[in-house]
Amino acid sequence: MKEPVFIGRKPVAEPDLEELVGRVALGDQEAFAAVYDVVAGPVLGVVRSVLRDRAQSEEVMQEVLVEVWRTAPRYRSDRGTAINWILTLAHRRAVDRVRSVEASAEREHKAALLDQLPEYDEVTEQVQTRLEREQVRRCLRTLTELQHQAVTLAYYRGLTYRQVAEALALPLGTVKTRLRDGLIRLRDCLGVTA
Amino acid sequence: MTTRHDLHTLTGAYALHALDEDERAAFRRHLDHCDSCAQEAAEFSATAARLGLAAVDTPRPVLREQVLRRVTAVRQEPPGSAAAAPARWRGTPRRRRAAQWALAACLAGAVGLGGVAAWQHDRAERAHVAAQRAEQRVSDISAVLSAPDARTARARFDGGADGTLVVSRRLDRAVFVAAGMDRPPGGKVYQLWLNDHGTMRPAGLMDPGRESEAVLLHGDVVSASGVGITLEPAGGSDRPTSAPIALVAFPA
Repeated sequence: MKEPVFIGRKPVAEPDLEELVGRVALGDQEAFAAVYDVVAGPVLGVVRSVLRDRAQSEEVMQEVLVEVWRTAPRYRSDRGTAINWILTLAHRRAVDRVRSVEASAEREHKAALLDQLPEYDEVTEQVQTRLEREQVRRCLRTLTELQHQAVTLAYYRGLTYRQVAEALALPLGTVKTRLRDGLIRLRDCLGVTA
Repeated sequence: MTTRHDLHTLTGAYALHALDEDERAAFRRHLDHCDSCAQEAAEFSATAARLGLAAVDTPRPVLREQVLRRVTAVRQEPPGSAAAAPARWRGTPRRRRAAQWALAACLAGAVGLGGVAAWQHDRAERAHVAAQRAEQRVSDISAVLSAPDARTARARFDGGADGTLVVSRRLDRAVFVAAGMDRPPGGKVYQLWLNDHGTMRPAGLMDPGRESEAVLLHGDVVSASGVGITLEPAGGSDRPTSAPIALVAFPA
């Protein structure tokens, strides 16, 4: 199956998320409610950045949270933080949805795609994430334009690298390396370690 | 043919979920033998999560209630394949669980969307709860849900309920799965109709005592263009006496 790799240091200070997920794994519904309160906003944000449509995004967000409940017993903290596990799951689900629904249509709208790069102002401002967002924006600005476009189309629009290559009229090999180089820069700029 | 070097440069695309299924599978096999790739992929996944964290949105409060209610009906996976099932499931009759999973599998096949496994499972559980008193009905419904040509359409009602219509033209049958319906007012019942291009033909009643139910529609489906739901007096009507609360077009 499509088990995501998840790993890394805690991107935000959520002291008890791992412990909460551990309790969820034992069927603790109160702990699940607490997990929901911590992750629902980020999950909806990730999903909506890919899907755009609010109703669909809400649906997928709920699916992701139910999936968290269902698969919490399989979560292993030695393989990565809980927030990364959940956001990786969320992104994967959003991408699956966008590909199943829009895959063919999207290929026909290459030009439109480029106009749909995410506008961060669209999502609700939240004080606790403003710093995080500023840092990500700052680091995105350190990418070359091609890196930025490739990473943004892949992550925030849910395109495969082949679709990215089509949208940007670039050879496949170029897109592969732009994605990788872009992530190397972002990783170093954000100070991510695994 | 993709060379090892090519595979290594796919770490970025992999972490961004930008590979198609075949390449993803090939790359995962590659990760097992390439420690430096696995390390890089892990770091990139964590980096991608940061991109996600930059996009926080505020969910509407009603979504929280819905999710918390839904999980009470969702069985959790055991910790590992070898591990025993959690204690609270030990007493569950085997047959019921088997039926639940069978229905989940049917729905998964029928819906055919990779990203909605949890939804399917949840929906299937709800559908099963509604159907468990009638095993035959479950098997009829399963036949539709698992038909190779089954197609689905979804509808959302005011008040948060939603319905899924599954149609198999080959079997000439359709199933309507409703979840989270408001109870009808006293003396009323939800009635389903097949829409013959504007003419409504009675297709069955929903149980007024249930908020979630899977209904096998009566009557042939091939000639119809969709399904409607109205609120009717108990026992149902020959033709609709109120405006439809929902209309669902058959999926193409």
